[in-house]
Parts: sequence; C-alpha cells; structure tokens
Amino acid sequence: MSEQNFLEAIRGGLHEEMSRDPSVYLFGEDVALGGPFGVTTGLAEAFGKKRVVNTPISEGTVMGLAIGAATAGLRPVVEIMFIDFITLAMDQLVNHAAKLHYMSGGQLKIPLTVRVQCGISGNMGAHHSQSLESWLAHVPGLKVVMPASPADAKGLLKAAIRDDNPVVFIEHRGLYWTRGQVPEGEHLVPIGKAAVAREGEDLTIVATAKMLPATLEAAEELYSSGVSVEVIDPRTLSPLDVETIVSSVKKTSRLIIVHEAVEQDGIGAEIITQVQQEAFYYLDSPIARVAAPFAPVPASPALEKCFVPGKTEIIHAVQRALNR
Amino acid sequence: MATKRDIPTELVPLLRTMWLIRAFEEKVSALYAMREIMGLLHLGIGQEAVAVGTCSLLRTDDYVFGGHRSHGHAIAKGADIKRLMAEIAGRATGYCAGKGGSMHIVALDAGFVTATGVVGGTIPLALGAAFAAKEKGKGQVSVVFFGDGAGQAGAFHESLNIASLWRLPVIFVCENNGYAEFTPLSSHTLIERLARHAQTYKIPSNTVDGNDLLEVRKAMTEAVQHARSGKGPAFVECLTHRLRGHYEGDPAKYRELSELAEWKEKDPIARFTSELKRRKAISDKDIAAIESEARNLVEQGAQFALASPWPAPEEVASQVTA
Repeated sequence: MSEQNFLEAIRGGLHEEMSRDPSVYLFGEDVALGGPFGVTTGLAEAFGKKRVVNTPISEGTVMGLAIGAATAGLRPVVEIMFIDFITLAMDQLVNHAAKLHYMSGGQLKIPLTVRVQCGISGNMGAHHSQSLESWLAHVPGLKVVMPASPADAKGLLKAAIRDDNPVVFIEHRGLYWTRGQVPEGEHLVPIGKAAVAREGEDLTIVATAKMLPATLEAAEELYSSGVSVEVIDPRTLSPLDVETIVSSVKKTSRLIIVHEAVEQDGIGAEIITQVQQEAFYYLDSPIARVAAPFAPVPASPALEKCFVPGKTEIIHAVQRALNR
Repeated sequence: MATKRDIPTELVPLLRTMWLIRAFEEKVSALYAMREIMGLLHLGIGQEAVAVGTCSLLRTDDYVFGGHRSHGHAIAKGADIKRLMAEIAGRATGYCAGKGGSMHIVALDAGFVTATGVVGGTIPLALGAAFAAKEKGKGQVSVVFFGDGAGQAGAFHESLNIASLWRLPVIFVCENNGYAEFTPLSSHTLIERLARHAQTYKIPSNTVDGNDLLEVRKAMTEAVQHARSGKGPAFVECLTHRLRGHYEGDPAKYRELSELAEWKEKDPIARFTSELKRRKAISDKDIAAIESEARNLVEQGAQFALASPWPAPEEVASQVTA
C-alpha cells in the first residue's frame, strides 16, 4: 500500500499496463506533455512518443483511429480531455466501437479504453463540467466505469485496458487531488462489481464519483444523530451490479440515489427501475434522487454552488425518506 | 496504359472478378425484388473497376475498409460468395451470423475489416489499421473506399490531415460517382475534384477514369507502392457512376436518363472486355464462359444463402460484448 492521489493512481495504472503489454498505446491531445492535469506526465519519456501519441484536436477521427488500431491488434487508450468533447466522438464510439463485435458476428474485438475527465470543479461553465455517463450507459456494447477512489481508479483502469471490449473510464476532475491508500503491483478491480463503501441499517444511498465523498460525509453526520446509512459505490455503471444494490435495499428498505448528472434520465432512473422490480415489497418509502437540476452547468460560482448537490441536500433527502 | 507487369494472361482474372461482382449485385437485386432479401441495399453495378483495380494489387493481410456500397469491395478482396450472400440475406451462415447485413460486411479471413452505414465513418478506422501496420513493420497497407459524399464530412478532412502528418500507409480511394445520395456533387461543394483536398494536406493524389480498369490499376500501383514503401498516404479519385439508384427501389428521378445512357456506354466491364479482345488475350468463347462461370458461382451462393437457417432467437442479444 502507498498513499497516492487519484491522478497518480491512474498514471501508475497506465505505466504498469504499458510496461506489461507492448500493444498498449496512448492517444490524445497533449498526452505526451502530460495533459492539462498532469495525468500522463512522464509516460512519453518512459515509453517514447511512438506509444504516447499527441494528436490534433480531432476527437472524432482520433476515436475512429483508435478503433481501427484495435481491429488490427493494438490496445489503444484514448484520452478525451473533457467529457463535453466526447460529443464529437460519439459517432465513432457508438456506431463502431460499441457495435463492431456484435455486427461482425464476433469476428472483431475492440479492446479500447477511453479515458475521459468529467464533472464540476473550478467554475468552468457548461462546456467543461458535464456528467454524461448515462448517455454512454445507454449504448449496448460499451462498458462504463466511474471510480471514486484512487485504489478503484487504478484497479479499474488496469481491468479496462485488459478488457476485450470498449470501456469508457470516467474520471471526475474534482477527485484528482483526493488521496487514498493504493495497493502496489497487480491490483485489479473487476468491472461490473459495486463496493459497499459504508455499512448501515436504516437506509441505502447509491452514490457515484464525487458524490461518494459527499455522501460519506453526510452519512457520518447522520450517524451522530442516530441514523445508520449504508453507502454503495456502483463503480461500474454498465454493466450495473444490481445485485449488490438490491441486497442492501432488502436490508434497509429505503433507497436514495445521488449523482452529479442532471436528474432527468440519469443513471438513477435505471437503478430505481431495476430495484423496484427486484425489491418492491421491501420498500418502506419512495425511492428518491439527489441530482443536478435539469439545466446546463452555469459558470458563475454563485450559480454553480446551487447546481451541484452536496451534503446538505443528501441529509434532507434522508430525513424525508425516514419521515423525520 | 497497362503497367509493365500487366501481361494479358494476368489480366483475365480481373475480368472474372468484375463479372463476379456484377453477377452478385444483379442477383441481390433480383432476390430483393422477389422479397427473398430484405433491407436497405446499395449496389455497386457500374463501379466494379474501382474495386477490382484496387484490390487486385493488395495482399490478403492488407486492410480494406468500405462504406455502405461495399459488396463489390469485399468480393474483390476475396470474400467468400456464399457467406457474403448469406449475410445479406440475414442468415445464420453469413459472415456476421446475420447481425451485420448489407451495410456492415466484415470478412476478416479476406482482410476486409469492415464496412459502415455512416458516410465517411470508416476513413478514421483505416488510419488506425495503418497506424498498427506501421508499428508492426511488415509492409501492410490500409485502404479505404468512400464516395464523393464523404468528401464534405469532417472525418474526411481530419483523417487526411492526420494521415499526412504521421505518414501513415493508407490509401484513400474516392469513388466519385457524381451523386451523394440524390444530390449532385456540384450542389454540395465548389471543389469539383476531391483530389484537390489531398493536395491541401500534401498527400500525393491522382484523378482517374474509374471505369477504365487499367487506368485505375496504374494509379493504384503507384499509390500502393508509395504507401508500402513507408512514404505515407496516397489518394486516388476514381470518376465513375452507379448504374442503379442510390438504394434498391430508388426511382432516381434526380438523374436524367440521358446521363444514365452516357454512363452505360462507359460500362467498365464492356470496356475492359474490348481491351482484352484488342490485345487478343481472350476469345468470345472465353468471355461467355467467364460470365456464365460468375453467374453459376453466384447462383450457388444464393442457393446456399436461401437454404441456410435464420439466426436463432437467442442470438438477438448474444455477442453484445466479447
């Protein structure tokens, strides 16, 4: 174990996989220079600019290029600098990466990892702050991973690179400098497996990415007032580990979902549907969501503060669910 | 106009492949009319010289990417006629087990990597295969076929830029058939010759008569040699015409009948046949035999396809992930 921040853990995962497998290549804007947050710092020096490849600002074509390289035996890792720009690459990601295995009757495999940074942090406004994970989770053939801790970031990234399918690996910018213990060496976290981040009895909260630390804070505060909250981090949104969530709900009989994406048609809607199918008669209160309002992300710090859900909103939702 | 290596006996198989494509497409059209084949079909009748002129110069391990009108490209690259017909007919024995269909042919055994239903969509993919080929260092090249309609897509321009910048062994083959779906090229761009875009990106380019097999082959020989020897990408624009509508069932009212008639006069198979006859490489009897052999092979393919089982219901959601 060693203490690392989130982006060091990602960098470590990339370094290990590139050392282990010569078919792993990185593509993206400024990746050979470390990128805007320094995630890939030092990798071009370690593996050369032939494997850590700076690309022009042509997201759609770079995504397609990586898919084509994957059909020809490489394991590309593409970095999309902000998830807001994945819109430019959605054609390639949705129409080719996600479908080529199926459409080819299994002849093609697309072992592609798309690293993409998301979320609200630093008042960057509507084009550098979105959370678009539920769009991606709606596409058959894509796996969608959204870690919340440095250890999970490293273990899931290594698993994503080794996966024979396209995996979108979503990194919340607001988590980059959070610290945690990260296992050394062969640390793999399975894709499709949720984690119980805190055990509790009275209510279950499912929280993704940066909403996890906010939820854990809320849970701690609620505990001191006598409410025991179980917190689940799905870690992977597709395929979703419904079983872990359902077994928690069967124990606590109450569920709240917290995500930073806008509420309407967010991943919460899918979780609610699946849980009520499996555990309807266990529920003692309506399932609730704590999420962003149905609006673009505002730039002003005064408005951004109102947009992002946090500890206070989570505590209020818990009190409502418990009718207190 | 022939290259040095094109001695007549080597040219005869090219006529065979052109006939195979023509016969295949005509059979698909007939089966569609009889509702034995369903779906959205785009036939390459009239464009055979581009597919054959290009693919006849490639190795099996070279990568080929197509578009929505790519039955002919797959055949020219060596795809199996039976499995191809079965795929288009939606049968379990098809190349893609019936999950791809006419616009999404994958024939990996022949090095036909994929087609696409998105105009211009495979151009970036071809760059990726070229990138991998360059890294492997075995002299493989990557070829992508696309139409004039793709020349106004963002991916086209981004791809030309990156291929040039990274000197990727990719050959851009533009089948300029004059129409993007229903609209003539002149209504979509003021750039009459798409090869001019290649010049912008410093890619060597050529515009040729795409209905003249030998002219296509000559340009492609240079292009393939250029890419294979590590000098980077090449671009060949082939001026051609589809003799059917955009899709099967398209009445093509946007096209004057006189224009169609003019292009029928330039039929690539007829022209190449006369050329072979002029060179005394082939007799009338040979010509008839080549055509009937092609029609036979296609007939067997159709019988195989239509006798094949449909995919089982449980296949609907299998192979979503590897």
